[in-house]
This record gives sequence, structure tokens and C-alpha cells, in this order.
Amino acid sequence: MSSPVARAAAGADAPQLTISNVSKHFGGVRAVTEVSVDVRRGELLSIIGPNGAGKTTVLNMVSGFFHPDSGTIHLGERDITQLAPSRIAELGVARTFQNIALFKGMTVLDNLMLGRHVRMRSGVFGSLIYWGLAQREEVKHRAQVEELIEFLKLQDLRKQPTGALAYGLQKRVELGRALALDPDILLLDEPMGGMNQEEKEDMARYVLDVNEERGTTVILIEHDMGVVMDISERVVVLDMGQKIAEGTPEEVKRNPDVIKAYLGQPHGTGANHA
Amino acid sequence: MFFRESGVFHTTYQRDMALYPMPITKFAVAAFAVLFVGVLPFSMHEYYVSIVNLVLIAVVGALGLNILVGYTGQISIGHGAFMSVGAYTAANLIVRLDMPFWVAVPAGGAMAALIGAVVGIPSLRIKGLYLAIATLAAQLIIEWTINHVPWISGGVQASIEVPRPRLFGYVLNSQRDLYFFLLAFATVAIVATLNLVRSRIGRAFIAIRDQDIAAEIIGINIFRYKLLAFAISSFYAGVTGVLYTYYLGIANYEQFQIVVSIDYLAMIIIGGLGSVLGSIFGAIFVTLLPIVIRLFMESFGSLLFDPKDVLNLIPMLRLILFGALIIVFLVLEPEGLDRLWRNIRNYFRVWPFSY
Repeated sequence: MSSPVARAAAGADAPQLTISNVSKHFGGVRAVTEVSVDVRRGELLSIIGPNGAGKTTVLNMVSGFFHPDSGTIHLGERDITQLAPSRIAELGVARTFQNIALFKGMTVLDNLMLGRHVRMRSGVFGSLIYWGLAQREEVKHRAQVEELIEFLKLQDLRKQPTGALAYGLQKRVELGRALALDPDILLLDEPMGGMNQEEKEDMARYVLDVNEERGTTVILIEHDMGVVMDISERVVVLDMGQKIAEGTPEEVKRNPDVIKAYLGQPHGTGANHA
Repeated sequence: MFFRESGVFHTTYQRDMALYPMPITKFAVAAFAVLFVGVLPFSMHEYYVSIVNLVLIAVVGALGLNILVGYTGQISIGHGAFMSVGAYTAANLIVRLDMPFWVAVPAGGAMAALIGAVVGIPSLRIKGLYLAIATLAAQLIIEWTINHVPWISGGVQASIEVPRPRLFGYVLNSQRDLYFFLLAFATVAIVATLNLVRSRIGRAFIAIRDQDIAAEIIGINIFRYKLLAFAISSFYAGVTGVLYTYYLGIANYEQFQIVVSIDYLAMIIIGGLGSVLGSIFGAIFVTLLPIVIRLFMESFGSLLFDPKDVLNLIPMLRLILFGALIIVFLVLEPEGLDRLWRNIRNYFRVWPFSY
């Protein structure tokens, strides 16, 4: 988290996250090949593509689960290519998962408090003794978590175990847990997958609010084209592990390669687009 | 404790997160304090006090193992050995350097924590049964080492005699004196565990148990926290070993063999994994069961069997009944005695109304 001055010095256009020429192969499967993306501070960037295009793999490399076979990933000036996921989280990158990964036995409150783990300091002895420093810290962070609970309208559920919640609510709690980290960059892997229209609209609203009010950079993977085209500032299209297009939603929509990737080659007209 | 939330409103987060969120629990705790400090030790025969002492020792060990197994989701069949590490560390300090208990107990715990953390290193790569086998290896290696290195074990029969603990020059000779000594440690262990599991470190442990991938993504360094769980858990085990050594008056590796590790696992499984109260229930249950069975057989065994055979039958029946009862309990309530207790409590929460 750099100061405004440092940010200005680096230039408003300096990318916050630079993914350059990353490749990842699993055995013979080329999941991602030579993909480069610059993410600007504060933007809402979507990554789309057909199934198996490598979207989640890119996210996994950014959050440190996989290390790329080649290429680098920089957070600001800092090379995070080989860092462990927990280190990357400490640097302010939070994410959610395609198939929800909540702590199911714990309450909504505890899940969100865990989101604040890296922002808290108390160690073993502090925790064992509790009264004093650790308690003060718990109360302080509880207050911040309560703000999030209010923002996500989870008030009546705070002491419910998350495993018992409805699917859409679990997705919202997972968003909350990621937000609890106070991230600079938020990676969302299909936050609206499997939701009905109303739930999607709610989620889109939350994502926009996070992006606009908190100024958090959002990288979104989503299959619902309507949502993607509505809320994204920029869209990156992956197909077969390669980047085939990048630009505003309007540009991407008209891009012939994108149409080809999604709809296949139109009969008889293929030669024109080759 | 029995309580009803109705009508109790918290106006600060601190109150909401308190150890005893209900006013009535304070009275219950006070009542227990009076019972354990004022009534129990003075109304029981010395022999029964010595049994309660065994329970108090077991409570410390069961809490420690539950932090590792119940809360962090790792497994250890080496806790018996970690206890022996604590026991021999303390015994050597006490006998050679004439250390008081307030040095010997934490030192025993610290040494066990160190060894425990080393044994925990494989936990980064292996889980479940494989980790169990790795810790089993640790159990055997530690047992062998203590038995074969006279510098640690004191030579003759690998046992070191230890004098009773002294407090301000007063020797805690009777079982009743020891009772207060052990009660203090058990109380500290209980409160510390309650504090641990409701704050940052404990939450991280539970996160690793529930979803290690998600735990990592929110910034928990899994390896560090697994080792920390092993260290804290082994510290408790080490302290248990020291307390048991004081209780017996001798440090002997035969008291900390693999059966002990299994007994402690039985305690937390029967009591309830991931529960402080469950650890206490389990410690009481597993410690008392053999004694109760023996007393029962001594009194009534002659009604069922030939009186000549009873004495021979007792050890065998003890094992059979012990095993059978554990199976019965697990089938009836897989989540342990703690769950049973919570069911009863929840029933009375809104009693006599159905909701």
C-alpha cells in the first residue's frame, strides 16, 4: 500500500499488477501460454473465455497457488512470481473461489474475522493470555468486521455456521471474507456462478460498490456476458490458454476472434476472418 | 452451563465476545470454584483425592492433544513420548540442579514443545494416516532414546526419583496438597485453551482444519501454524508429563508408552474433538472408567463369577468393558460427550416451551 505521493510519482498509468508472458503447462496440457495483462490501479477488469481457457489458472498464478513455468508477475515494483499464497495475501491480494471455500463449521463472524488475520498482530502468548492487548485487538477488528457485515447485509446471520447458509449467501460471505483483508486487489473467480438473476444483480452491485467506493482494483472471472459487459471497464479474452483480445466491452464484443472463439467459425465466411 | 439468552442484551462487542456471555455463568463458575477449592478436597478420602488428581493431570494432556487433533486437524500418536520428554527434562533439572517446580514445569513443557515441533515438520507434506505413522515413529524413537541413553534416563531401569514439589519451603506431601497444586495447573490450562481458541491463533488453527487452501489464501502460513499447533500441544503434553512425574514421585518411561498416546486420543474422541469441555469430559471418563470397573468388580464380581477368579478376571474385563463402552459411546454420539451435553443444554434452553 503506497502513499498517494508515491503513487503519483509512479505515474497514474503505472500498472498495479503486471502479468508478463506467463506460461503454465500441466504435463501435456498447455493451460496458459505467454499471457500478459497489465492491471491499472482502481479498474474493474474482467477475464472471460470459454471453459478451459485458462482463466482460473491465471488467477491461481497471481495468488501464488501455482508458480508460472515462465514469465513474471509484479505487484507494483515487487516481483511476486515465486511468493507463497499467504505472503501474497499479506501484500493485499484477496480472492474468492469458483467452488466456495468457506470454513463451514465456523460462524459468518469467525469467517470474516479470519479474513482480518493478516491485519492482526497478537501472537501465541497474547492469545493464551487474551485479556489486555489481544482483547483490545479483537474488539477493534470486530468493529471493522461489523461494518462489512452491514455493507453485505449479513446482520441476522452473523452467528450462523456458514455451512448451513444458502448458496448465494455463502458466496456473499466469501466475498466478505476477502474484503475483510482490506485488499488492494480483489480476485473474484465466478462470484455469480450458479446464481439466479436477482442474486446476480445483488452481487454485481456489491462488486461495483467495492470497486467504486473503496477504490479496490477488481479482477473478475465471469461467464455471464450480460454482467461482464455491464460492469467491466476492460475485458481480457482468453482462449486455449492464449490471450486473443483485450479492450473495452464494446471493442471485445465486435472482435472477430472473440466471436470465433465463442461461436465457432461461421460457415463459408471463415476466409474473411483468417 | 444451563442458561437462557432471552432478555440478555450486549451493548459492546467486548461483552458479546466475553468468555461468559451470560451473567448466570459467573455464578455457576463461582459455585464450581467453591466446590473444587472448598468442599471437594476436604470431604473426600485421600484415596479418592488421588484419583481426582489423576483426572486433573489427564485434563491438561487432553486439552493439549485436542488443540492439535480437534482444533488444527492434525494427528499425533506420539503424545505419550512428548510427555516423557517433559518428565525426564524436569526430573533431570530437579535432581541435578535442584530446580523448583516453577522452573521444572515450564522447562519440561518447553523441551517437549521443541521436540514436538520437530516431529510436526512432516505435517506440511503428509496428512491423516501417514502423519499418524510419522508421529508413531517419533513415539518409538523417543522411547528408545530415553531407554538407551543413561545420561537422560538416569541409568538404572531408566527411572529417576523425584522429590515432592515445594512451595515457599512447604513440601506438598499429601494427596490433598498435590490436589491444589494440580488444580492450579489444570485451571490455567483450561483458561489458556479457551482464550487460544477464541482469538487470532486459535481461529487460524480451525481454519487450517476446515479448509487449508482457503486458510492459505487469507494469509495464514500453513506450515508455521501447523508447527505452532504441534509446539503448543506438545507443551501441554510436556507439562502433563512433569505433573505426572511429581504425582508418582518418579520419572519412568514405562508410564509414557504408546498406550498412553492411545488413551489420550480416546479421551478427546469420546469427549468431543475441537471442544474444551469435551477434553475435560473425556479426561474424566477415560481416567475413571477403569477405576470404576475395578471397584465394581471387586464389590459385585463375586455374584457373577467364582470368587477365586475375580482377581484374575478384573484386568481382562477392564479392557473388554473399556473397549465396548468406547464403541457404544461412539455409535450413540459420534461427536462425543460434549455434544451430548450440548443437546441436553439446548433442550433446557427454552424449556418448558418447545421453541
